[in-house]
Amino acid sequence: MTQAKLEKLEAVVSAKFSGHKVERLGDALILHLVPEEVVESLMLLRNDPDLDFKLMIDLTGVHYPEREKPLEVVYQLLSVYKNHRLRIKVALGEGEMMPSITRVWKCADWYEREAYEMFGILFRGHEDLRRLLTDYDFVGYPLRKDFPLNGMTEVRYDAEAGRIVQEPTDLAREDRETYGR
Amino acid sequence: MAESTTFQNYTVNFGPQHPAAHGVLRLLLELDGEVVERADPHIGFLHRGTEKLLEHKTYIQGLPYFDRLDYMSMIAQEHPWVLAVEKLLGIEAPERAQYIRVIYAELTRLLNHLLFLASHGLDVGAMTMFLYAFREREEIMDIYEAASGARMHAAYFRPGGVSQDLPDGLEDRIRAFTDHLPAKIDEYETLLTNNRIWKQRLVNVGIVNKEDAFSMGFVGPMLRGSGVAYDLRKAEPYDAYDKVEFDIPVGVTGDSYDRYLVRVEEMRESNKIIRQCLDQMKPGPVRHEDFKVSTPYRGEMQEGMESLIHHFKLYTEGLVTPPGEVYVGTESPKGELGVYIVSDGTNKPYRARIRAAGYNHLQALKYMAKGHMIADVTTLVGSVDIVFGEIDR
Repeated sequence: MTQAKLEKLEAVVSAKFSGHKVERLGDALILHLVPEEVVESLMLLRNDPDLDFKLMIDLTGVHYPEREKPLEVVYQLLSVYKNHRLRIKVALGEGEMMPSITRVWKCADWYEREAYEMFGILFRGHEDLRRLLTDYDFVGYPLRKDFPLNGMTEVRYDAEAGRIVQEPTDLAREDRETYGR
Repeated sequence: MAESTTFQNYTVNFGPQHPAAHGVLRLLLELDGEVVERADPHIGFLHRGTEKLLEHKTYIQGLPYFDRLDYMSMIAQEHPWVLAVEKLLGIEAPERAQYIRVIYAELTRLLNHLLFLASHGLDVGAMTMFLYAFREREEIMDIYEAASGARMHAAYFRPGGVSQDLPDGLEDRIRAFTDHLPAKIDEYETLLTNNRIWKQRLVNVGIVNKEDAFSMGFVGPMLRGSGVAYDLRKAEPYDAYDKVEFDIPVGVTGDSYDRYLVRVEEMRESNKIIRQCLDQMKPGPVRHEDFKVSTPYRGEMQEGMESLIHHFKLYTEGLVTPPGEVYVGTESPKGELGVYIVSDGTNKPYRARIRAAGYNHLQALKYMAKGHMIADVTTLVGSVDIVFGEIDR
């Protein structure tokens, strides 16, 4: 976004969401919300003619284990006609629930299912919160920082039992982190 | 008294291995006779945990994973990643590299749309399309190979430019290819556009109006098929897209036939873009000259100690980005492909999120298929143009 556009959008967003933290980071504008008001706020962002965020581009989570509220839900919104973008962040404590936004955007359905299976974020009001990408009987939240890269279980075909069995991961070598963090 | 019979809906499992499933799609179809009442796509059969892997790889090591997202339009997938890393670092690729990237991004768009034509045709019953389109795909893959050494998984774009300059004579070869392509596209159109069967199978199948397209999060050709002239190449020009001229084709009714027409027209526009890039391109460096973030030149490396150190550091530790976060979206052949990186100031991303275009389009299948015949489901799967590499990630 150009600088002029960014300033204009910042003014509009700050006016409509007074009392909320609006942050500028490079050429992106970030609005911080609390879980309770997400649905109304996103409705406003979508329907207001000055904001006009018709498209929800992305919904994802980020895990910060050291924070007091360890989970963060990030929405990326786009206005096709006004050609501007907004990022929305919602901090979420362990065990807190997010309101589902499937009635604002239909496409939120799979994004929320994915955020649930990857981070364990529960969405209140989602009609069908099943696992999406991982196996039907998968256990754990893979994109959390405490989940090992190699996974917890491995799968193999057991010829004696005549079926696929799941066992705890047993690797000959320890999980190697390349070039430290 | 007449005997009464009750009919029940029944459920059919479509895939995960089905010739028309475009890979590994499992569709649970609830049918009333031949009419689809409910379609529930099950995905994830190709889930490799790319996002998790990226958190454990340096920025350069992470790059080849992008080729393997949408494995039918490879180089275009690398584009948002390199742009995002460049944005984090605050650098820009030199002009020639930008042109090369645009050429290869557009060649990839051709590659993708050719496959779309081929497989969509095959699904609907036009087998010849498959043979015709693969003839041109082969030539584009050879052009890939000439520049990067790999036919498919090229890993050609790098943060700060491209891995190496085009070899001698390749520009002429690409130009010759673009000379012949419009006639080839005409050839495809004679096979399909006014073909009675093709129209019977596509027209008015899977109509999506503008409001629904927004609600379902359509992007790229799918959104344009519904009549919204939005293209990231125009709206937020990246690399050399602001220096070339092209038009955005849009559909009217938003059915499968419109989406087909939009994609065919996009191929002609891509051809125009490639030609303009070849005309405007000048010799020059193809990598950013700060060798802390981009590979030093081979010749200097064999003589200069400093270049050797840079090379060693770059290929072991990788490049280190300042803390922050960026979102970059590019117009991949299937729509907006976005990369969201959260950096904590180390050599690896703290969180790397890939926003795939086909994800929403496949998700919309359950709304689009409702009320259509079961045979139209294959038309719809072809029309949304999905590849599971990017959807499952």
